[in-house]
Amino acid sequence: MNPYVVPGLVVVVLVTVGIGVYGLRFARTTSDFLVASRSVSPAWNAAAISGEYLSAASFLGVAGLVLRYGVDVLWYPVGFAAGYLALLLFVAAPLRRSGAFTLPDFCEVRLGSPMLRRLASVFVVFIGCLYLVPQLQGAGLTFTTVTGGSYVWGALLVGVVVTANVALGGMRAITFVQAFQYWLKLTALAVPAIFLILQWQSDGRPQVTPTVFPAATTVVMEQDATVNGVEVQKGQTLTFEEGERVPDVSTVDSRFDADWLLPGGDGTLWATYSLILATFLGTMGLPHVLVRFYTNPDGASARRTTLVVLGLVGLFYLLPTLYGVLGRIYTPQLLMTGRTDAVVLLLPEAALGGGHLGRLLAALVTAGALAAFLSTSSGLLTSVAGVVFTDVLRAGRGGSVRDFRLATVLAAVVPVLLSLYVSNMDVSRVVGLAFAVAASSFCPLLVLGIWWRRLTDVGAIAGILIGGGASMAAVLITVLGPPLHGWLAEFIGEPAAWTVPLAFLVMVTGSLLTGRRVPSDVGATMLRLHAPESLRVS
Amino acid sequence: MADDKTPTRTRVVLGEVAARGRPADRTRTDLAEQTPVGEALVKGLMRAQLALALRLALVVVTGLGALPLLFVAAPGVAEFKVFGVHLPWLLLGVLSFPFLLAVGWAYVRWAERNEQDFVAVIRRPER
Repeated sequence: MNPYVVPGLVVVVLVTVGIGVYGLRFARTTSDFLVASRSVSPAWNAAAISGEYLSAASFLGVAGLVLRYGVDVLWYPVGFAAGYLALLLFVAAPLRRSGAFTLPDFCEVRLGSPMLRRLASVFVVFIGCLYLVPQLQGAGLTFTTVTGGSYVWGALLVGVVVTANVALGGMRAITFVQAFQYWLKLTALAVPAIFLILQWQSDGRPQVTPTVFPAATTVVMEQDATVNGVEVQKGQTLTFEEGERVPDVSTVDSRFDADWLLPGGDGTLWATYSLILATFLGTMGLPHVLVRFYTNPDGASARRTTLVVLGLVGLFYLLPTLYGVLGRIYTPQLLMTGRTDAVVLLLPEAALGGGHLGRLLAALVTAGALAAFLSTSSGLLTSVAGVVFTDVLRAGRGGSVRDFRLATVLAAVVPVLLSLYVSNMDVSRVVGLAFAVAASSFCPLLVLGIWWRRLTDVGAIAGILIGGGASMAAVLITVLGPPLHGWLAEFIGEPAAWTVPLAFLVMVTGSLLTGRRVPSDVGATMLRLHAPESLRVS
Repeated sequence: MADDKTPTRTRVVLGEVAARGRPADRTRTDLAEQTPVGEALVKGLMRAQLALALRLALVVVTGLGALPLLFVAAPGVAEFKVFGVHLPWLLLGVLSFPFLLAVGWAYVRWAERNEQDFVAVIRRPER
């Protein structure tokens, strides 16, 4: 085992706690936590938002997908970044001006319907849980890769640590801590990337295609499969010479040569557009993204912060692609075992050798991965637990800290169990599903709620139930159901392309049919959402 | 409701009354009390902001959203190489991020200008 990993992880945790304690000196009351960033520039605030947003799926998953599927999955990082542009164009400033702290709050402010509020809470919990699953998956995977222990123990360990942390209030959403996590994640990918490119140069710029083994390699099969037409059993070892082509393993879905290098392939157009729709429109509906917008002092600064987030997130996403491509050259054996999500963790040692440099960089990357799933899952769990606490346990009227802890544990149990069940799914795939549900439930609610006066509570409820419900069902079938084939698989596996338009359509039709239910104070609400704060009369 | 509370006792100074009665505040009152004039002003601002957002969204939809179709319709484009890198990799992996940032920057600039225009209308002296 790499001797630098444990000290690296300890340093990350210590620095995080240290900055947290330092930040606590400035924030003593609850309101300090919410408005602390009034004294913080948009740049710090944006780094904090990015720090919370860039999850294990971005840090580990995107590179793994690129390694496996090639150019078609570049839409994941593009979409993850473009989601912030959609947020900026349609939601950021009015949402901040609404004063809503969570999505259920927004429902209350705009339409004043308790039923809609409850429905929104259900969706927040569902999306939050679904989004937590890949974080725990990433944790389990990192644990397995670094220590050689079992996946289940890794996911359980991190699940318990994060739950305990949030329940005990150990890691609060302090701007400085999250901002630090962003820069740590960026450094942890950028510094090794420089060395990797230099190594690639000095190796004489090996080609990406065709995919060959860079050195003599022994691969232990993890499943019964067919390799090059030969039956191979689990546990059997296969030896390959240097320069030998990487074989296609029947149990691992991956692409080779032109399929990997060039876009299109066999009928991926539906999947691509579905993914684009889900990621572009889903970001605004993620529970942990919205909470952070309240920390901007006004609507105009919410806009500027979002712009900086777009820049920071875009800067980060330049890197995973590079890891995926270089992984094709230096760690092609992952294509045979199917553990492609581990490419970021394994690449430094594979390319630079097991010397001090390779091990140090590997430790740095592992520390970045720890930061990735700690920050995102803590932020997510806090917001989900908050919603469970106020809207499910109904403890708002005098809820105690004990109730909040109960809510945290309740919110954590389901994702931890799910993460054990779906261990073989790609981390980024599961994240894509969470985006699809968010895009077909909260995106129409926010966009129509902000820009369309005639939205009614009945229309909103119908839209969320039908559009969001359909995508939710599709996700449950994908994750828990039997494998599907043919067009049905695409239809259910990438639901956003039909559930998002459906949700918009139902919401608009439902509102037009119930036109008398338009809230009487809609004019005042719209004034509050759109007029600059300097004109506030009160 | 805040209306039916007994108003707290305030000390009235001549200067404050004069300040409150300035003609520029009439539009402000229109806004606050939701008169037809005030409502038309807010609708105008919303329309301007929405039109701006939709126009820039259209730029992104045509700029990025048309790419998958383009690659299917003209596979030759995808095989084109720039500096030894296939065009789709360069477009999606690198250039899309500065493009998104540029669109966002343009939006922030113009949206703030729309708001400044709105504030200028409200604050404009009527005489």
